[in-house]
Amino acid sequence: MNIHDILKERILVLDGAMGTMIQKHTLEEADFRGERLKDHPHPLKGNNDLLSLTRPDIIEDIHRQYLEAGADIIETNTFSGTTIAMADYHLESIVYELNYESARIAKAVADAFTQRDPSKPRFVAGAMGPTNRTASLSPDVNNPGYRAVTFDDLRIAYKEQAKGLVEGGSDLLLIETVFDTLNAKAALFAVQEYLEESGREVPIMVSGTITDASGRTLSGQTTEAFLISVSHVPLLSVGLNCALGANQLRPYLQIMNEKADFFVSAYPNAGLPNEFGHYDQTPDEMAAQVEAYLKEGLVNILGGCCGTTPEHIRKISELAKKYKPRKVKQEVA
Amino acid sequence: MNSTHLLKLSGLEAVIITASSNFVNIGERTNVTGSARFLKLIKEDKFDEALEIALDQVRGGAQVIDVNMDEGMLDSKAAMVRFLNLMASEPEISRVPVMIDSSKWEVIEAGLKCLQGKGIVNSISLKAGEEEFIKQATLVKRYGAATVVMAFDEQGQADTYQRRINICQRAYDILVHTVKFPPQDIIFDPNIFPVATGIDEHRNYAVDFFKATQWIREHLPHAHVSGGVSNVSFSFRGNQTVREAMHSAFLYHAIRHGMDMGIVNPTLLEVYDEIPKDLLERVEDVLLNRRDDATERLLEFAESVKGSTKKKELDEAWRQTSVEERLTHALVKGIIDHVDADTEEARQKYGRPLEVIEGPLMAGMNVVGDLFGAGKMFLPQVVKSARVMKKAVAYLTPYLEEEKRKSGVVSKPAARILMATVKGDVHDIGKNIVGVVLACNNYDVVDMGVMVPADKILDKAVEENVDVIGLSGLITPSLDEMVYVAKEMQHRAMTLPLLIGGATTSRIHTAVKIDPVYEGPVVHVLDASRSVPVASELINPETRPRFQAKVKEEYVALRKDHESRQQQKNYLPLSAARANKVKIDWTLSQPVQPQFIGRKVLKNYPLEEIARYIDWTPFFQTWMLYGRYPGILQDEKVGAEAQRLYADAQALLQQIILGKKLEANAVVAFYPARAMGDDVQLYADKAGTQPLQTLHFLRQQNQKAKDLPNFCLADFVAPADSPTLDYVGLFAVTTGVGLERLVDGFKKKNDDYSEIMAKALADRLAEAFAELLHKKVRTEFWGYASTENLNEAELIEEKYQGIRPAPGYPACPDHTEKKALFELLDAEKQAGIRLTESYAMYPAAAVSGYYFAHEKSTYFGLGKIEKDQVADYAQRKQMPLAEVEKWLAPNLSYSI
Repeated sequence: MNIHDILKERILVLDGAMGTMIQKHTLEEADFRGERLKDHPHPLKGNNDLLSLTRPDIIEDIHRQYLEAGADIIETNTFSGTTIAMADYHLESIVYELNYESARIAKAVADAFTQRDPSKPRFVAGAMGPTNRTASLSPDVNNPGYRAVTFDDLRIAYKEQAKGLVEGGSDLLLIETVFDTLNAKAALFAVQEYLEESGREVPIMVSGTITDASGRTLSGQTTEAFLISVSHVPLLSVGLNCALGANQLRPYLQIMNEKADFFVSAYPNAGLPNEFGHYDQTPDEMAAQVEAYLKEGLVNILGGCCGTTPEHIRKISELAKKYKPRKVKQEVA
Repeated sequence: MNSTHLLKLSGLEAVIITASSNFVNIGERTNVTGSARFLKLIKEDKFDEALEIALDQVRGGAQVIDVNMDEGMLDSKAAMVRFLNLMASEPEISRVPVMIDSSKWEVIEAGLKCLQGKGIVNSISLKAGEEEFIKQATLVKRYGAATVVMAFDEQGQADTYQRRINICQRAYDILVHTVKFPPQDIIFDPNIFPVATGIDEHRNYAVDFFKATQWIREHLPHAHVSGGVSNVSFSFRGNQTVREAMHSAFLYHAIRHGMDMGIVNPTLLEVYDEIPKDLLERVEDVLLNRRDDATERLLEFAESVKGSTKKKELDEAWRQTSVEERLTHALVKGIIDHVDADTEEARQKYGRPLEVIEGPLMAGMNVVGDLFGAGKMFLPQVVKSARVMKKAVAYLTPYLEEEKRKSGVVSKPAARILMATVKGDVHDIGKNIVGVVLACNNYDVVDMGVMVPADKILDKAVEENVDVIGLSGLITPSLDEMVYVAKEMQHRAMTLPLLIGGATTSRIHTAVKIDPVYEGPVVHVLDASRSVPVASELINPETRPRFQAKVKEEYVALRKDHESRQQQKNYLPLSAARANKVKIDWTLSQPVQPQFIGRKVLKNYPLEEIARYIDWTPFFQTWMLYGRYPGILQDEKVGAEAQRLYADAQALLQQIILGKKLEANAVVAFYPARAMGDDVQLYADKAGTQPLQTLHFLRQQNQKAKDLPNFCLADFVAPADSPTLDYVGLFAVTTGVGLERLVDGFKKKNDDYSEIMAKALADRLAEAFAELLHKKVRTEFWGYASTENLNEAELIEEKYQGIRPAPGYPACPDHTEKKALFELLDAEKQAGIRLTESYAMYPAAAVSGYYFAHEKSTYFGLGKIEKDQVADYAQRKQMPLAEVEKWLAPNLSYSI
């Protein structure tokens, strides 16, 4: 069954945080390097994406836990899988392989679950993060016209990532945690270019990030402006994730619900971080807040971002079953 | 309405165009083609201030901001990117969507890569065919923008109702069905053209626009209609009242017909209801083409709202005032009719002729000087004032002589300025203008004319006891001659101020080359209007020391700056520059053989035909009236003066044509040619076996951006190792034969105005003749573009294939190459043009150069070159290195 049709019938559950789950293992430099990169001249600790190659066992296990908790869609471990983000580690050369392998690992686990219960097909979303640079903001306050990265830099980097993700078996592509819409537009451009050239069709999801209570993205756009700026592509879904907890995200999600012609997704953080940077919203607390979305019929896809665990997703999944999905007013196929 | 079919745009905030939206106002002032102020700021690199214009527009209510950087002198792409990035950093500006406005696709695409929001492209069209259109539209969609589509196709711009709707329908079908472009993101611009132009075909332009707009809105679902409104009133530039009324009435009707967006300057818009009824009626008669005499009636009315209905009565009223007032009036207005009578009346009243000069006449000239200094009078007016002044003084001269003879007293001399065009140079229009302006300001001008050697200038300066020396020149060798004059002044231990002026001179050259060789004051004077303040500062003993010190200091700073720049520039070794030559696949193009090999002479060519090719814009520049023809005639500030000047020019031009006062001669030649490195070998025979002459060219040596070649004119000729034999053309034209006789007549009448006018016209005619001849060459003599069909305006814009670069100009700056050119053409004998020792052409109203036919040939500027090339060139030319360096001094990357 096609994901489009499923989304008309029920709310699909997206998985929770990858980083939070990795942090539960106490990993050392050697874990990140593995055998393969043991002589790499630069420190690699903290490069979570790399674990798909050096500790695939951990990544596979996290995917499994989320699928067991009831996730319909799992995200590949590729948040920073672009040459731009990997430049910090001097690992530009492994980007394609990293995306390919991450997708392959996720797809294998997901397929096993689908086989076990074909009435609940599982999907792999190739995750495309924002990179660590912004195309429409200057990092130098004294030189506002300066740009540390250009549209074309991003387009080239994202195209390579998309190729790896799709060829590795991703069912969907998810351009996420968009804090600068121009970066996302470059990603969309790259994905369209790749799909056209390869003759493939892969549904595209976009998820933006409202940075704070101003209700705007880091690059200054309102929710609606962000929506308009990415609507030139026939998306599967558009939504919001990260930065805010479920309660704080709700007003902006209402705007998405009202204005978007696509399916709407949301995967908030487990509340706001405490003074140590940890998220301590419990699964029950988060579920209670998320239930408000469901009562209002705001979403079609629901999951968790920073601080969420398989327990959070289990609660959300149980809730989601009880509610009807949001109705798309004008579906654009 | 279905929300999916609304045009949705975004900056930092959303802008959604709904049926109930008011008309969407697009800010037009961040557009270099529309705003002189914005252009100036961008050219001067003042992006911060330019940004404020954008901010003002948003604050003023613009819902979308149009950004346009299409200007020949700008790197439009870089300027677009930089400005958009800066706009993005100002949240108050970037909250609104951007319209990226350019006729160049690469500029549009670069702009699209800077927008996080959904903007509008302005514009794409079927101009270059469907394939290009589809390609661009597909990309616009992929970048996530809406687009303006011009009603323009392979045949040109739509100017009738039928053409407009046919093109829009066709574009719409392609966009919606082939490209799958969202129909709500299409904004048609069905071309707003000027009305009331006096041309019958234009009369229905506004009506056709309204009808087309309505048709589009009814037949092309969800598409929008926009346009640049100020175009419609182009004929009335300078008349705000009428323009504002026209814009407002046009919008009123256009909006009612369905136009929902537009580029409008809100400050140029009258409230429709507040347009006086009589004006509105006439404006709407024109817009709606309601009566045959609509244009005449509006023109008539336009005159009246300018406040000049009582002109006739005022014309004579000044005759009733005092003699002093009459003289001042005559001087300011340049009226020569009554000057003798008024001067006589003043002489009788004042008793002594000198008192008339120093009294009322000088007072009147002071008014002229003040008005000119304040920018309230323009140069042609000042020159006319001088004519009146000279006539008055001429009238008084016999009385002055008589008085002098009787009393033996010599009157106190005014400050005296010597003016000369330096040795080797024959150009003097600019110098004469400066002379007139100085004379108007009570300076005694000693004009030594043209081609004056240094020692003659300096001897004369001593003999006449002058206060200032002014040097002028137009061609580049004159720069060296000026350095030489300055050195000689130093050698003679002179301390006189030296003023430097003329088209080829510059502040930087004066600072770097002339100022260091002379300890006295040296000042570059940009134009005639600057000559008076500079001269007065230098002559007044109280202001001179401070002024001199200030200028010297400025020049030292300029020199330092220049030096540091020199070190930054990157140049390629000659071999690398050659490797990056223009790549032409000669196996693909078969050069067309000219109709004849050798020379052809055109003697006494009809001036009437030549006159049609005149480019008037530089003519106005000569007179320091800046703006493009014909727009300048309607310019708010200088339009009235430009019209007067133009009328005078036309009158004199008719005189010249009918009286056959000037003779137009040309000689043109074609020879088989092969490029050999950077040289071009010409052959005497058709087979290309008998070498005739070698032309030597230079190659750009600066580091070029990717994909840009290091140009050399030789690149446009098939090389010796290619299978084909190519051709090169040569030409020289003049329209200056007879000019001296004509000018002498004016000189005798003290008529500077007509003298300068005659010279300026002769220059324009020479350029026009060169343009005409080039056309004949392309379509007939050489015939490589025999199907070309361009009108005069397109010719001036150089829209044709092939070039005609001239030695001494940017692509081939070496003047000495004229020697070979003139020998080949036998130009002195055949056309009556000779070369001076500095290789200036005489008569000055002359143009010479080469013809290159290849479609890739293009004009370029050589820029600076390195010593390796100079040495190589000297070798090729068999000329001593030092001599080559002297002639190429302005192009050397190093100091000699």
